[in-house]
Amino acid sequence: MSFVRTEMVEPGPAPQRASGIVLWVRKNLFANVTDTLLTVLGVLFLLWAVPPLYGFLIGNAVPPGGTVEQCRVENAGACWAYIAAKMDFFIYGFFPVEEYWRPNIVFAIGTVLLIPLFIPKAPFKRTNAVLFFLVFPVFTYFLLSGDAIGLRPVPTEQWGGLLVTLIISLVGIFGSIPLGILLALGRQSKLPVIKTLCIAFIELWRAVPLITVLFMASIMLPLFLPQGTSVDKLLRALVGVTLFSSAYMAEVIRGGLQAIPRGQHEAGASLGLGYWQRMYFIVLPQAIKHVIPGIVNNFIALFKDTSLVSIVGIFDLLNTVQAATSDALWFSPTQAITGYVFAATVYWVFCFSMSRYSVYMERRLDTGHKR
Amino acid sequence: MAAIDGGRQTPPRSTFFNDPVIRGIFYQIVVAILVVAFFLWIITNTAQNLIAQNKTTGFDFFWRTAGFDISFTLLPWDRTSFYWEAFLVGLTNTLLVAVIGIVLATLLGFTLGIARLSSNWIISRLATVYIETIRNIPLLLQLFFWYFAVLKAMPAVRDSFALPYDIFINQRGLFVPRPLPDDQFIWVIVAFGVAIVMALVLRIWAKRRLEATGKRFPVLLTAIALMIVLPAITWVLFGAEVAFDPPVLGRFNFSGGVELPPEFVALAFGLVIYTAAFIAEVVRAGIMAVSSGQTEAAQSLGLKESDRLRLVIVPQAMRVIIPPLTSQYLNLTKNSSLGAAIGYPELVNVFAGTSLNQTGRAIEIIALTMAVYLTFSLLTSLVMNWYNARVALVER
Repeated sequence: MSFVRTEMVEPGPAPQRASGIVLWVRKNLFANVTDTLLTVLGVLFLLWAVPPLYGFLIGNAVPPGGTVEQCRVENAGACWAYIAAKMDFFIYGFFPVEEYWRPNIVFAIGTVLLIPLFIPKAPFKRTNAVLFFLVFPVFTYFLLSGDAIGLRPVPTEQWGGLLVTLIISLVGIFGSIPLGILLALGRQSKLPVIKTLCIAFIELWRAVPLITVLFMASIMLPLFLPQGTSVDKLLRALVGVTLFSSAYMAEVIRGGLQAIPRGQHEAGASLGLGYWQRMYFIVLPQAIKHVIPGIVNNFIALFKDTSLVSIVGIFDLLNTVQAATSDALWFSPTQAITGYVFAATVYWVFCFSMSRYSVYMERRLDTGHKR
Repeated sequence: MAAIDGGRQTPPRSTFFNDPVIRGIFYQIVVAILVVAFFLWIITNTAQNLIAQNKTTGFDFFWRTAGFDISFTLLPWDRTSFYWEAFLVGLTNTLLVAVIGIVLATLLGFTLGIARLSSNWIISRLATVYIETIRNIPLLLQLFFWYFAVLKAMPAVRDSFALPYDIFINQRGLFVPRPLPDDQFIWVIVAFGVAIVMALVLRIWAKRRLEATGKRFPVLLTAIALMIVLPAITWVLFGAEVAFDPPVLGRFNFSGGVELPPEFVALAFGLVIYTAAFIAEVVRAGIMAVSSGQTEAAQSLGLKESDRLRLVIVPQAMRVIIPPLTSQYLNLTKNSSLGAAIGYPELVNVFAGTSLNQTGRAIEIIALTMAVYLTFSLLTSLVMNWYNARVALVER
């Protein structure tokens, strides 16, 4: 008889307290006394905040299709019926109803062109970019304003809502990229006059709040132009926003330019390339690739800042929401708050998805060592 | 460079115009001429436009009576005040909301930034949700929310919310007790000043001693103790007293106390909540920028956790945090101009709004308003350059 085991005992599972969910809870929620206290506080806060929030947003809310009477009941939550009824106004502003197909086409083409631009692997980048940055804006202008191509003319005063918010932010960002590149190059230039001018321009715009820039654009721009020229209100805001954001863009791009080693410039020069060829073929492609996250962050800031044009009387998304709160037909205690929650959600969805994209690009471009 | 071409030496290819120096000068002259021409064009246009509109220019309107009311002022103001006083009122109101906003946003922002890095899952999640929500919603929308949806929905004066310490909140704003220090109180303030000076001297002394002998002295604790004990002793010795004048509900409104209008409360609230989210990210980035090797090195030297933070992590993190932090402060100051949209009488509202509409001196007023913000920005960047030069890593 042999009492010697021939095979090893199977290893038992780790003790309950050192693995799985128990460990996670111990480590992340109850590591020590302070931690436990904080957890309790956090849970109490959630218990205090979440049920009323749920009640307001979903539980007691009036779903789309409801009536204003339902929204006027005591303790009624968000009046989504009001948002649904006003949705067209929030998206198109005062655009004539029978012409809604025009902005719709613009939205559709814009989406189709924009999505492949954001996917690094999508083919035909150059064609795509030319279509989006050059052809699409011209097309949008003619289709929306209409009179040049024989459609019913729609003056820009009637454009509004999300449409105008998107137009201003897209024009602002894509107008500011070329300007920003020129300014950044100028700031790096060895020629003192050009350098000083660029620094003065950049620092001046970066120092003042956008609201004063918009005031300036809407009040002083007409004074600056020859007598008799009248500038469209939307165009004035576009000029202000573009100049403003080009200064910020210049600083972002300067960061990229500074990251390019001198050897790249010198290698370009030794190949016999002139200044502009060197910049266009060698330095800028690398520099801009470096700062794509920065450009996206700039875009987020600009997208939020477009809400300021409501102060100079343009009906962007925020201004349409604000204007709709005085609609007596839908008067209810939660009317204003519902409108703001809706607008906040729209802005949030755009900004948050862009910031995720910027984080994604940062990871893609990041070659550093992280622990 | 000369090239050999069929045995015949060609003249140098570089012509007069290809000389980089001459080219540079040429380009600069062209740019300068273009810029000057552009400004001349603008100036002539403006002059013609102004003549056509029968408008005069100049800053003489400064000494004219403004004749409008301002709802909230720190400086004396009535309808017979001059425009330059309106300018100062706007400026002080901007500075007031900026200073209060900066202090509170820093406190909230640091708390949130540290909370987001907390090892406690719930706390870090809550901080993340706060930051990601607030950062991605326009400030103007948030101000509208606080002003139109929250403060305007507050109860009327009769049914004000009563908070502890005689603080009331209602539709007309926030009512807080007004402190009324008596004449002896000045000595307490003097004592506080003395305590600050003593703390600074103590710091220098402690540093010298540390370098000479290696002995450490608890500077921070002593300084805090000094700043509490010294004024407290003077308070008791001189028998200074601070009375409080609480707001009392009268027939129509509160009397006594300090009345903070809803515009101010909404603007300060909105600015603090919005900027704190950005400050939190700055703080988080600063702490994460200190490489984990630093923590490990400090551990291997046997420093305990509090020393590790105080001597190794925080000084290095602050170097990263402070420059973006100041730019957040500057942003807050610039963003305070959004108060114009909800009727808080700050610089843009009082000066670039009402005064401009009444006088029609667009160019002067907008230029002066921009100059004020430009000054803020230049002062900040001067201080920052000085700071950066001081804390910059000395590299070989």
